[in-house]
Amino acid sequence: MNRRHLLLAPGAAALAAAFWIAAPMPAAQAQSGGQPIRVGEINSYTGLPAFTIPYRQGWQLAVEEVNAAGGLLGGRKLEVVSRDDAGKPDDAVRVAQELLSNEKVELLAGTYFSHVGLAVADFAARNRVPFVAAEPLTDAITWTKGNRYTFRLRPSTYMQAAMLVEEAAKLPAKRWATVAPNYEYGQSAVQWFRQLLSEKRPDVEFVTEQWPAQGKLEAGPTVQALAAAKPDAIFNVTFGADLAKFVREGEGRGLFRNRTVVSLLTGEPEYLDPMKDEAPEGWIVTGYPQEQIDTPEHKAFREAYLKRFNEPPRQGSVVGYATFKAIAAAVEKAGSTDPEKVVDALSGLALSSPFGPIAFRALDHQATMGAYVGKTTVKNGQGVMTGWRYADGADYLPSDEAVRKMRPE
Amino acid sequence: MSFYLVQFLSGLATAATLFLVSSGLTIVFGVTRIVNFAHGSFYMLGAYLGWSLVERWGSTPLGFWGAVAVAALAVGLLGALMEVGLLRRLYRSPELFQLLATFGVVLVVQDAASWIWGSEDLLGRRAPGLRGSVDILDQPFPLYDLVLIGLGPLVLGLLWLLFNRTRWGTLVRAATQDRDMASALGVDPARLFTGVLFLGSALAGLGGALQVPREAVNLHMDMAIVVEAFVVVVVGGMGSLTGAFVASLLIGQLQAFGILVFPQITLVLVFLFMAVVLVIRPYGLLGRAEDAPPTAASPGPPLIAAAGAVRWAPALLLALLAAVPLVAGDYALIVLTEVVILALLAASLHLLIGLGGLVSFGHAAYFGLGAYGAALLVKHLAAPMPLALAAAPLVAGLGALAAGWFCVRRSGLYFAMLTLAFAQIVWSVTFQWYGFTGGDNGILGVWPADWAAGKAAYFWLTLALAGGALLLLRRAAFAPFGYTLRAGRDSALRAESVGIDVRRHQWLSFALAGSAAGLAGGLYAFSKGSVFPTLMAVPVSVDALVMVLMGGIQTLSGPVVGAALFHLLETEAMSRTDWWRLVLGTIILVLVLAFPKGVAGFVRDLWTRGRDA
Repeated sequence: MNRRHLLLAPGAAALAAAFWIAAPMPAAQAQSGGQPIRVGEINSYTGLPAFTIPYRQGWQLAVEEVNAAGGLLGGRKLEVVSRDDAGKPDDAVRVAQELLSNEKVELLAGTYFSHVGLAVADFAARNRVPFVAAEPLTDAITWTKGNRYTFRLRPSTYMQAAMLVEEAAKLPAKRWATVAPNYEYGQSAVQWFRQLLSEKRPDVEFVTEQWPAQGKLEAGPTVQALAAAKPDAIFNVTFGADLAKFVREGEGRGLFRNRTVVSLLTGEPEYLDPMKDEAPEGWIVTGYPQEQIDTPEHKAFREAYLKRFNEPPRQGSVVGYATFKAIAAAVEKAGSTDPEKVVDALSGLALSSPFGPIAFRALDHQATMGAYVGKTTVKNGQGVMTGWRYADGADYLPSDEAVRKMRPE
Repeated sequence: MSFYLVQFLSGLATAATLFLVSSGLTIVFGVTRIVNFAHGSFYMLGAYLGWSLVERWGSTPLGFWGAVAVAALAVGLLGALMEVGLLRRLYRSPELFQLLATFGVVLVVQDAASWIWGSEDLLGRRAPGLRGSVDILDQPFPLYDLVLIGLGPLVLGLLWLLFNRTRWGTLVRAATQDRDMASALGVDPARLFTGVLFLGSALAGLGGALQVPREAVNLHMDMAIVVEAFVVVVVGGMGSLTGAFVASLLIGQLQAFGILVFPQITLVLVFLFMAVVLVIRPYGLLGRAEDAPPTAASPGPPLIAAAGAVRWAPALLLALLAAVPLVAGDYALIVLTEVVILALLAASLHLLIGLGGLVSFGHAAYFGLGAYGAALLVKHLAAPMPLALAAAPLVAGLGALAAGWFCVRRSGLYFAMLTLAFAQIVWSVTFQWYGFTGGDNGILGVWPADWAAGKAAYFWLTLALAGGALLLLRRAAFAPFGYTLRAGRDSALRAESVGIDVRRHQWLSFALAGSAAGLAGGLYAFSKGSVFPTLMAVPVSVDALVMVLMGGIQTLSGPVVGAALFHLLETEAMSRTDWWRLVLGTIILVLVLAFPKGVAGFVRDLWTRGRDA
């Protein structure tokens, strides 16, 4: 009857595999002077398009500017090969390998999720290729799991928490409640906030904590549970859809009446804009008041971005832009694309960003890019920041001694 | 006291949404026996459509409720469309195959929604007239939530009337109880199914549209709800509306009060609850014993070992693959390594599904346990690679032995959901146990030993180990053990009566499948250099299931072909376009329609027909 079925199917698979092996070998041609400098870029474009698309536009602008100014190393163009990581670390590692072997990229950059960033960082160290992590916030990527080849641009969880602690310590509030998504980002944000605030204000106590599953906040019960503890102030780490739910339900149930809320990242346009006129009033936040910053470097960036994409930049746009400006500067400083030389160039590299001068610390490869700290309010049906100031990242890092202790060497 | 009352009410509001969505799922499942993964997608579509319409008409109460109703009906129509255009063509396929079709729909809807409504979260208008809150014992409580609380029982009542007081409802109940008898008595099943899909999807759409005033509509809503809806359905007892209602209430209250006692439990609470319920009650709270386990594989023609020259096909393939490193580059090699590993994963799942008739929704747990078993040994004990690799199947096998003991005492979807519950428990422990497993930041630096560090060397190692394991699995299928398993699958009663301990064999096959998946996980860990809880999360279980179904469950080569096909398609689509989910989903739909018995099944049929002609 059907005794031969076992043959055909594997045969078909082998055939398919053979086709596929034969196909993708494009970029294997000889690389010599005058060839473009290729950077492999990986991010969660399908998983988190709302954040990664502005980011992509940011780096596109940077690359165009670099090339319009004559490229790098005497006329070599900067070329980016961009890939989606589907939001999964194992996919990201495969994609990184593809970029390295097939596309012959000289550097890696990008990633959004912390675990994806860590996986690529480890891959970069293993393969001795420089990696500029753009968006991941986890402290581990530059500290406990830091390595020679990995650099990170965005201010880390610790830095952003420290910026907020400075403001929180000025409040009269003594009883604090925390609400944070139930994963490493939420955990370490709350941990640092508690530790740093308790150091500055030994009289505060933390009366309750809520840990909703990321993306599945049960808004009603969570809000009620926070209110029941009668805190003077709340530290919030939820973001995105959870944040919108939390704000709506909290307003509906009077949670924010006579309470100060200190909230991580909420001032970024990515999170503030979707809430429109329901953006919370008077929260102390870190963020990016893009329409109000009038330093020359930011104005130039914002205008160029507006002109190119016909929409205002977001936090991700700045990150994407600065990441690729940093890569360009590093290659130029190294005078070659040799990975070791680029890594050496990135260590201590100083450059100008839309937020002002920043540097990648030689100590831990963390950039000193900061964030804007201010209060939220609603103006013309849109959430905006007021009374903000720029908190330079360099001022919100632990002592060199403490950092050295954390980094494996 | 007032606090507890309000917390109780909040739990009721949560339960209302959950009930609306899961009632639709349970109706669809009860009648059609389709495991409808796309149910969450309909919920999401309901929310998006609701958002669009509420933005347009929602300034008056009439407009708002009209918008909600229209959104629900529109989603119902989409559901009916899916039945007519897709599922109807698959009723003669093995029953699980429709699951693959609905998975294709999930992928397509994800990208379609992102294309139509954009990627940003959409915060809709609040319900006019219900914006404020009322004070209940001095605690403010949103008016809208009160309406939702009332809506749950109202819908339950209406559904009860529909099913008990109308002819159509009677027919649906008849079909739920005995599909074949109903159609023998002249009930057109196709029309009935279309109607049921319409109703079920409309309920999902209603649940989604009603969320517009409560939360920002976003692209992750489908996945967030569908698993929980399945939990409700199974806890309540499949096909039981009242059961779904009771289960929603219980889960709503558990979530409301659980976070007061133990705030960190949010990740795992519903799954723990489901595991406990299923261990105590085999058919959920109000389910009835099924005469036929719904998700068991339909047997099809028996497996027959290849004879003659064909016997050497696997060896030939192995030899061919072993020669690949001579021509292929690094990247092709690591993708091939992954294909070989995933083939082992899919084949191990096929041992359960194809031979045992046991559909597991939680197979990723053992893949992940293997990966973590290896990685933890490397991290904590600095174990050398061979030792760590040897530990992978052991750890996973032990895990499977423990979970399997409970799981094999259930059948059909109850079995499937119990495996899912255990997988989620393992996942959440891994996710939160920072000190030991590294939590969601995973374990880094799990690289192969120097002698296996080269891409070719590691590929050969994988080929040897995974190939060996695959041969062993094949051997098991044709050994008395495999025949016994198949006997248990085809007729547990007869098998028992000739003295076979079916449960014991299923239990052992669960452990064997688990340890094979564990070996795959260990190999995967070293090929990636790092492990994360994502390896044991739901998407991996679903992927494994999709691979098995894509290849077809009636042949042993099916899962291998399916794994190769699925992984190559996914990686290729991913590196070429941002719309890869749309591409992949469409390909799956086309494959499902073109090869209703899976790719390998199709090839085999072709072969058989050619020989018989």
